[in-house]
Amino acid sequence: MSARQVIIIGSGPAGLTAALYAARANLSPLVIEGFESGGQLMLTTMVENWPGYRDGIMGPDLMEEMRQQALRFGAEIVQGQVSAVDLSQRPFTVKTDEESYATQALIVATGASAKWLGLPSERALVGRGVSSCATCDGAFFKERPIIVVGGGDTAMEEAIYLTRFASEVTVVHRRDRLRASKIMQDKAFTHPKIRFVWNSEVQEVRDVEKGEVTGIRVRNTLTGEVSELTADGLFVAIGHSPNTDLFRGQIEMTPNGYIVTHAGTRTSVPGVFAAGDVQDSVYRQAITAAGSGCMAAIDAEKYLEGLPQHIGEAAATA
Amino acid sequence: MASDKVQVFTDGNFSESVLQSQSPVLVDFWAEWCMPCRRIAPTVEALAADFEGRAIIGKMNVDENPRTPAQYSIRGIPTLLVFKSGQVVDSVVGAQVTKDQLASIIEKHMS
Repeated sequence: MSARQVIIIGSGPAGLTAALYAARANLSPLVIEGFESGGQLMLTTMVENWPGYRDGIMGPDLMEEMRQQALRFGAEIVQGQVSAVDLSQRPFTVKTDEESYATQALIVATGASAKWLGLPSERALVGRGVSSCATCDGAFFKERPIIVVGGGDTAMEEAIYLTRFASEVTVVHRRDRLRASKIMQDKAFTHPKIRFVWNSEVQEVRDVEKGEVTGIRVRNTLTGEVSELTADGLFVAIGHSPNTDLFRGQIEMTPNGYIVTHAGTRTSVPGVFAAGDVQDSVYRQAITAAGSGCMAAIDAEKYLEGLPQHIGEAAATA
Repeated sequence: MASDKVQVFTDGNFSESVLQSQSPVLVDFWAEWCMPCRRIAPTVEALAADFEGRAIIGKMNVDENPRTPAQYSIRGIPTLLVFKSGQVVDSVVGAQVTKDQLASIIEKHMS
């Protein structure tokens, strides 16, 4: 098996931008898409903060453009979920269910996935009224009351989107103020169908015995008082956690599981680079992910140029 | 083409094609606008080719067929239900599942 020059794991803005730059540098990159191909933007609607689109662009359309642009310059994109990586030997090994690949350089752009509350009752009712994807499941709740849990931009975006279907949307947040950006807060606060329940933590999703969501039990974080809210749907939007299980024990990470990068996108393993939300707990924007994907491709190119065998090959062909 | 092997179920043919089937049936509940559904579609097509003649693999559009999804309380897609002898014997919600995992779920109900 001959080793590839660079493999990119992940196909969101970071992965596809890395693919575009690596392809244009003649590195013939292979992108392994993952379950969540296209990344988080595939589950959004209008993206209004991607520069160059003054009227906004639909998230899935933007990702399709990025994908086609990477393909145009010769990136290879395969479906599949990486099941294991071995970074202890060179070339590195990357395995999916179907294939095993060897590569000199690796760009990790596995992103972050939606977090769940972690309640057994929540788990039992996923697909039965519990969801983390408003654009996927909102339409099942026409003229029904819905609860959104969370206080960030994603929570506000989901709440606003869900007003298209729901009779009313209740946002439940564990603090007394939102983390969301000012513009999203204003949109949510002024929306006639959205109301807020503050300082409240979800204790249980009901009703597991019935096999469908009928509401939630919440505890007030200030008074300790427990109360119930009724709803047919519960959308969880409490943030994201980085997809780094594959790399545990092989790359340095923060206590929260983000990959630690230094001097650009370099990780603790020379030849392994990280880009996008997998290494960013601060900005987490499509544009910053794309920017770091570009950096990772350039860093990988520099790394490959410095490899002894690359120099050897160049000498042999000269 | 692999996709030809994926049957199309409707509210009209569901009873005959799924509930009365002799072999196990996997039903993929999906819609055009559902991105995770699009992601899992190639996996379902590949399964249909692998299980041809042994199990039935099909899909149902929830927009065009509201009755059946409501009957099975489906409130999220993709939802994959496995039917055997007219009963739901397994379910998978969401697209985070590999072909091998789905294959072993179907195999489990083959005997």
